[in-house]
Amino acid sequence: MTQTLHPTPPAAGLGARNRARSPRRARRAAVVLLLVLLLLGTLAWAALAPIERSSRDELFEIPHGTWARRMAGDKVEILPSTIRLTLGINDVLLLRNADEVPQAFGPALIMPGQSFRLPFATASTYSFACSAHASGQLAVIVEPGPERGWDTLRWRLRDLADAMRRHLLAAP
Amino acid sequence: MHSSLTLRKRAAPLLLSLLMACLAAASPASAGAAPALKAGVFEPPRAAPEFSLRGSDGAELTLARYRGKVVLMSFGYTHCAAVCPVTLATLAEARKSLGNAADAVQVIFVTVDPERDDAARMKAYMAAFDASFVGATGSTDALSAMRRSYGVTARKQGTSDGYVMDHSSSIYLIDRTGKLRAQMPYGHSAGDFVHDVKLLLAQ
Repeated sequence: MTQTLHPTPPAAGLGARNRARSPRRARRAAVVLLLVLLLLGTLAWAALAPIERSSRDELFEIPHGTWARRMAGDKVEILPSTIRLTLGINDVLLLRNADEVPQAFGPALIMPGQSFRLPFATASTYSFACSAHASGQLAVIVEPGPERGWDTLRWRLRDLADAMRRHLLAAP
Repeated sequence: MHSSLTLRKRAAPLLLSLLMACLAAASPASAGAAPALKAGVFEPPRAAPEFSLRGSDGAELTLARYRGKVVLMSFGYTHCAAVCPVTLATLAEARKSLGNAADAVQVIFVTVDPERDDAARMKAYMAAFDASFVGATGSTDALSAMRRSYGVTARKQGTSDGYVMDHSSSIYLIDRTGKLRAQMPYGHSAGDFVHDVKLLLAQ
């Protein structure tokens, strides 16, 4: 018996594979579309929703053991030389000394276990003598609250970047 | 094809992470209450460091002398051209605004320049703002020790007769019981001092 081969034409085979893949592609496209929409929605929310926080405090803490580390020659930087605050959102500078010795922290001498809570009511740049820095100066830049829209989105993104930077600096 | 698939696989977690980060950036709770005092507040408050200096009134000047009053204490010098006169004028205005309650308030101005600020000079300088203000001077060592205990910095700039003193400019708020309650940075209005003094007097 002679067997006749009827090979599938190449074009027809590709079409069948494409048909088999198309539902998967569609699903992927839908997922990507959904994610993009979610992202856009989030960005729109971040730009338009008012910024609200559980606390207006911007906390900086001297960790326990800082003095001992400094005495051992370790250059410990706890307080950035410039701090940015925003009126109505995070306009209270909260400095806490969790170390065992008094610390000149920003504008105040803070005892062990004590905190210093300094509110700001006017947008301006404040300069304080601060022995915690090599320059001897601490600048606190207090900005007005952001307008809704681009300003608010930019504020949130900068806040996020600051938080990530602080997290990375705090990581051992 | 493979690379675009990989890209999509990577894009999804990336987009999700960004979404989560944006959500985390703004916590959805309500705004916190503003602090009661306009000044920076110490928590818990400690006893204000005691000192013994020479008062512009000729008597020994200690903090204990003013127990029962709210003490507003600033550091400066009589040759100061800008910060100190503004601070003292603001405190004088605040005291005037307090009316009868002003009797329960004492302003102390501690010199960072004992070379030039003797008791007589300080007395005349204080009188230009408010006759009730008391100036404090003393030996270089006593004044340095006092500055250290309050975290005050002072540095001489220049060597000739016309030198200036670079010094910290906050005003310290000490309550009736002698506790160092707060520290007001330079630049606040008389109204802010009135607000805080009233709160401290009411406690």
